[in-house]
Amino acid sequence: MLKITIIDYGAGNVRNVYRALSAIGIEALISQNQDDILNSDGVILPGVGAAQDTMQHLAEKGLVNAIKDFVNDGKPFLGICMGLQALFDYSLEGGKQECLGLIPGKIVKFSGDLTVPHMGWNQIKIIKNHSLLKGIDNNSYFYFVHSFYPEPIDNDVVLTTTEYGSDFASIVAKNNIYATQFHPEKSGEIGLLIYKNFIDIVKNSTRSD
Amino acid sequence: MLTKRIIPCFDVKDGRVVKGISFKNLVDAGDPVELASYYCKEGADEIVFLDITASTEERDSAYSLISTTADHINIPLTVGGGVRKEKDIYMMLRSGADKVSMNTAAIQNPDLISVSAKRFGSQCTVVAIDAKRINDDWEIFSHGGSNATGKKVTEWAKESVERGAGELLVTSMDADGQQNGYDIALLSEIKKIVKVPVIASGGGGKPEHLLDAIQAADVDALLLASILHFGSYSIHEIKNYLINNDVEIRV
Repeated sequence: MLKITIIDYGAGNVRNVYRALSAIGIEALISQNQDDILNSDGVILPGVGAAQDTMQHLAEKGLVNAIKDFVNDGKPFLGICMGLQALFDYSLEGGKQECLGLIPGKIVKFSGDLTVPHMGWNQIKIIKNHSLLKGIDNNSYFYFVHSFYPEPIDNDVVLTTTEYGSDFASIVAKNNIYATQFHPEKSGEIGLLIYKNFIDIVKNSTRSD
Repeated sequence: MLTKRIIPCFDVKDGRVVKGISFKNLVDAGDPVELASYYCKEGADEIVFLDITASTEERDSAYSLISTTADHINIPLTVGGGVRKEKDIYMMLRSGADKVSMNTAAIQNPDLISVSAKRFGSQCTVVAIDAKRINDDWEIFSHGGSNATGKKVTEWAKESVERGAGELLVTSMDADGQQNGYDIALLSEIKKIVKVPVIASGGGGKPEHLLDAIQAADVDALLLASILHFGSYSIHEIKNYLINNDVEIRV
């Protein structure tokens, strides 16, 4: 049986990610334990809230190194919303907050006359085909809620963009790291496809071991 | 493009939906879980439950209702009613709510907005405002619209956002229940002074009213009660009408 762990660092609404996985037949573990993470086949980092709090919580629970070690093992890792932002070098939320540094780039705030948070259903434009996007059409709608967005240094990590003021990266992937700025668990049936595709990636990776 | 959101809302008391709702195709139209799933399948962009825990005794059953509802829908769920302290917000989010709406508690203790935004994030901190026109301005009311507060709506909207509210749910007490259209002047006024999304509530009786609120006041979302619950229009019909009038809507 696949071991999928959802990282619970005290904030975030982890139960809804758990529910989405249940809906596709996966019984995930919700944990903040380093060993659980390291022994998993696939790990999901959900998250809402502020970058500072997120990084502080991860550090307090000793999860920063656990996440890095897991990723360096080459096993599939999925970040959701704040879980995407935490993967970059740093975030400009609340000054400058150092993050996990697993994807080169930074997190910046929406500017101009835009309504912020960017909240609601918006479309994705597929830039690059990827197994995470299997069965998902260009211009599909997903549920977003965020005030900051990623600016990757390497455009090659961008799988989809979304337009809000300008185009920003809404799904990124780098080697065994995958992340969405939107909430697939709140995006209806199509959102479940993202989890299903991620689980398929995990299955394939365990097979090749 | 970011779409305008269509959000069915029901008042939930003692685990039941209050106010008459009649649908032939529902087994139990008073069951909030069944109604939420129904609207979710119909194309609702979010679901809102209000008045969920009027009293302390009902709290545990309210949490379990939130949890069961979250098991059955995969779109955002906002709950409001009876929020008094940080722990109430935590428990609602933990049970499965994506956003928590606060009204009276925020007026009595504005710091609750700041605390919620800091601990849980602005994205789940919604301030609900009940406004009533008094002379040439709007005043906010607490306790479900029964207590005058003397606060001006513009000042309160501004303070709520400064404290970290990520969204405002604005109900016009004058327009509410009349099904005669939204209070465009009130909504425009609020949209002008805040940058967070504004959900319009009160007065939507037909799709034209919704279009008007979107075009004239540029609101981000519409809260729908009677227009749906009395079966006058389906979400599908409303969305089609808005799409045919060039509004960005998720289908």
